[in-house]
Amino acid sequence: MLIRSKAGILDPQGVAVERALPALGFVGVSDVHVGRLVELELEDSSRLREMCEKLLANPLVEDYEIQLLGETAPDGQGADATGGPSDRQQAK
Amino acid sequence: MKFGVLQFPGSCDEVDALQAARRVADAELLWYGEPDLRGADAIIVPGGFSYGDYLRAGAIARFSPAMESVIAFAGAGGLVLGICNGFQVLCEAHLLPGALLVNANRHFTFRQVRLQVVNADTPFTRACAREAQLSIPAKHSWGRFYADEQSLATMEEAGQIVLRYASGDNFNGSVRSIAGVCNEARNVFGLMPHPEHAVDELTGSTDGLCLFESMRLAVEEGWRADLGISAGAA
Repeated sequence: MLIRSKAGILDPQGVAVERALPALGFVGVSDVHVGRLVELELEDSSRLREMCEKLLANPLVEDYEIQLLGETAPDGQGADATGGPSDRQQAK
Repeated sequence: MKFGVLQFPGSCDEVDALQAARRVADAELLWYGEPDLRGADAIIVPGGFSYGDYLRAGAIARFSPAMESVIAFAGAGGLVLGICNGFQVLCEAHLLPGALLVNANRHFTFRQVRLQVVNADTPFTRACAREAQLSIPAKHSWGRFYADEQSLATMEEAGQIVLRYASGDNFNGSVRSIAGVCNEARNVFGLMPHPEHAVDELTGSTDGLCLFESMRLAVEEGWRADLGISAGAA
């Protein structure tokens, strides 16, 4: 789950990073936002949205995006981090 | 009249809240894991860092057994005061409107602030004069009150803006300089500054006492929330 401030709400961390980058010579950077990443494993993904609404995000001030990365292979490595079923959605 | 003061893992201002409440009435600590509010007439959700502020300040504390009881207590019209982290918990529990975001200055800030009493017609401010200015300390990183424009219009209309930072004192960047808000039924109130740290001349101000005194008066005079306008909802 990727969780970030809703558009239009001041993100002071993003502003600080945006100001720091040019000082290091990275020019032409704008609209920097810092959010949160929540990783978890689960058998049934049907209630992920409910999890986000109830606990992981605050829908009043944050948008969230769910990415399903497919099943984990027995060796513990993600089988396919990019090709698995993907469910991208935004909070209302 | 008895106050119940919640204590979470990570609370740090519950003892000051207890001592402040005891200046006007009886008070006892209530452990977060116990659903029993032990007959308290009013509840204080104190400041601190419940559950380490993990995820978002107040997000996890809101689901504790004691808070489930507080939500029911508020729904029945009981008085609930949230201070700092307690305010964050009450917003997360949807007992109060809006949310508290990281300070616009990005820093943990500890300073004395002046608060304007905008609405003295609440059970939390009835012992304060309207337009009075209270000098109370604030200390937090996540105190920038935010609500969308539509909610703000509703709140202004309903008298839910109870306290504002005086000009020059809105260090955290709260929308419309809001420092404290109540729900529509006016039985739940939260503020970021700490009235419990302003009850003795030793620390420079006793202006915080009027909030506890207001709650005592409200309980003893039988103040009742208008439950027709959803006491338990923001």
